[in-house]
Amino acid sequence: MGERKIRVLIAKPGLDGHDRGAKVIARALRDGGMEVIYTGIRQTPEQIVATAIQEGVDVVGLSCLSGAHNQLFPQVVELLRKKGGDKVLVIGGGIIPYDDIPALKKAGIGAVFQPGTPTEEIITFIKDHVGKHQ
Amino acid sequence: MKGKVNVQEEHNRWEETTLKKVLERSPERRESFKTTSDIDLKRVYTPLDVEGLDYLKELGFPGEYPFTRGVQPTMYRGRFWTMRQYAGFATAEETNRRYKYLLEQGQTGLSVAFDLPTQIGYDSDHPLCTGEVGKCGVAIDSLADMEILFDGIPLGTVSTSMTINATAVILLAMYCAVAEKQGVPLDHLRGTVQNDILKEYAARGTYIYPPQASMRIITDIFSYCKDHLPQWNSISISGYHIREAGSSAVQEVAFTLANGIAYVEAAIAAGLDVDSFAGRLSFFFGVHNNFLEEIAKFRAARRMWAKIMRERFGAKKPTSWMLRFHTQTAGCTLTAQQPDNNVVRVAFQALAAVLGGTQSLHTNSRDEAFALPSEESVTIALRTQQIIAHESGVANSIDPLGGSYAVEALTHEIEKKAQAYINKIDTMGGAIKAIESGFMQGEIADSAYQYQREIERKERILVGLNEFTREETPFTDILKISPEVERYQKEKLNKVRGQRDPQKVKASLDKLKKTAQGTDNLMPPLLEAVKGYATLGEIADALREIYGEYKEHTIIT
Repeated sequence: MGERKIRVLIAKPGLDGHDRGAKVIARALRDGGMEVIYTGIRQTPEQIVATAIQEGVDVVGLSCLSGAHNQLFPQVVELLRKKGGDKVLVIGGGIIPYDDIPALKKAGIGAVFQPGTPTEEIITFIKDHVGKHQ
Repeated sequence: MKGKVNVQEEHNRWEETTLKKVLERSPERRESFKTTSDIDLKRVYTPLDVEGLDYLKELGFPGEYPFTRGVQPTMYRGRFWTMRQYAGFATAEETNRRYKYLLEQGQTGLSVAFDLPTQIGYDSDHPLCTGEVGKCGVAIDSLADMEILFDGIPLGTVSTSMTINATAVILLAMYCAVAEKQGVPLDHLRGTVQNDILKEYAARGTYIYPPQASMRIITDIFSYCKDHLPQWNSISISGYHIREAGSSAVQEVAFTLANGIAYVEAAIAAGLDVDSFAGRLSFFFGVHNNFLEEIAKFRAARRMWAKIMRERFGAKKPTSWMLRFHTQTAGCTLTAQQPDNNVVRVAFQALAAVLGGTQSLHTNSRDEAFALPSEESVTIALRTQQIIAHESGVANSIDPLGGSYAVEALTHEIEKKAQAYINKIDTMGGAIKAIESGFMQGEIADSAYQYQREIERKERILVGLNEFTREETPFTDILKISPEVERYQKEKLNKVRGQRDPQKVKASLDKLKKTAQGTDNLMPPLLEAVKGYATLGEIADALREIYGEYKEHTIIT
């Protein structure tokens, strides 16, 4: 029996339809040995959290390019904590300015990846931080 | 013929002697050199590569079939392309100020970016819109916002392009209503609604209704424009978003033209004569880094569309054969690392668009890997176009790269590969089927993943990203949209709802629903609804009631 694979939910919160990054990351994580579920576009934080709990994922990766990240990312973390997903590592990416990153991290986003991040860096981050998150 | 034989013989001799000696000493940088579309680039192109090219048949003269060299007989010697920066953020008030600034700076046309609630048919106070109001474009809830957006901008003289698809018919009705208030007759209006829903399903995501209903709305717009807005482009068939989602140049051409074929077929099926609407179809492409491939792409697209319209659809008017297009430099090529380098990337991309014969152009700003552009960044982007137009000299001869062995060979190769895709889509039953089955989406996602892997393996070098890197200093001088915008927008919306005649609104929405169930054109009842200040969300909901909503099937391949 091998080690249990890390389970990841890649999710698109809000109305943004730019899913190139989400799909590329989903595929890269899968090729990196993880089990990946992708929600598709236009998900509410409630829907994302319900899927995360139901699928028992270890990681939720949020992608947003519309500028709504400051509202939507913290909502996902907050709802996850409420629904018992305390240990789930939440990370995010998209068109996100530097200035927004500290507040997102304070709100419980483990890491924010800007455009150009190598997928290998994201895989390494997940492996190093999964399950250790509070 | 003797000349050609000599070239072949001389080419062989050159390979065996001069070239061979050098290759033995020092091999080339790579085993093969490919474009983004996997086209193998030759070491050198010669007359041998254009041997089969029939100049009059395949190239011809500018302004004549098959328009390979350009759609107008004088091109930029007559008038430069329209410099049209896509802009919109926060409220109608703020965006109106940006438009006036851009026009003062020498911009020659407007291009409206709407926020996602407006694009997907929700009012700003809808629960799904939290955090989205005014973010990636301007928020429009009702005619009241549209009046503010174009306040002091004469719609009879400016041309306006609107990036709006699922709700295009509503925004077009609002634009017509504003024109009426300004006293501008509809037949004076110039501009474009994007109105291209197929690429929304395939790549961009702002669909609402299922394909069949969407196609009906689109052909209603064609029909209304043909009768009332003869100078208006009733659609902008867009490859840009297909490319941004990750496609290659060949896929961009192929999928865009396949979508174009689907629109023409739908309009003909709705009873329109091909020559009555085809002249108002316009196109929109991206322009990427691979300079020669991009120039060849535009030339190939023009030639292919001309053939499609004349041979496949039997269009008789030359204007029906013309592929007129807008171009935007490629957002996905902008790097968050060393963002000033983006100014240079954009300049080369813009130059390729001009050498490819674009009718209008948007140049991206250096800071768009972080946010919407600041005023300073957007000014540099506009200046880039002005420098190409006034200083580079490339605008003074038409299609100056026409006849280049490499460009002609690439143009031919792109046409051949894109045609093979179109043939494949035809056998699937057309573009709608190819999208419903996920074929286009799968092809695009494959290309996107391949591109990313090439970057990570350093098979593709992006300066400042995977080579020539340095410690990044955070780039923070960017445009910020205040959360106050959402509150203010909701207040305005409530005010509009409180001041209008509710009976009139209800009656107009009922009439709209009835029309949607029948076959009459949707525009007249829509005009009535927007003039009575029915909100965008109310109108979109009325149509949701009749048509239902599209649900995508997502597969990770």
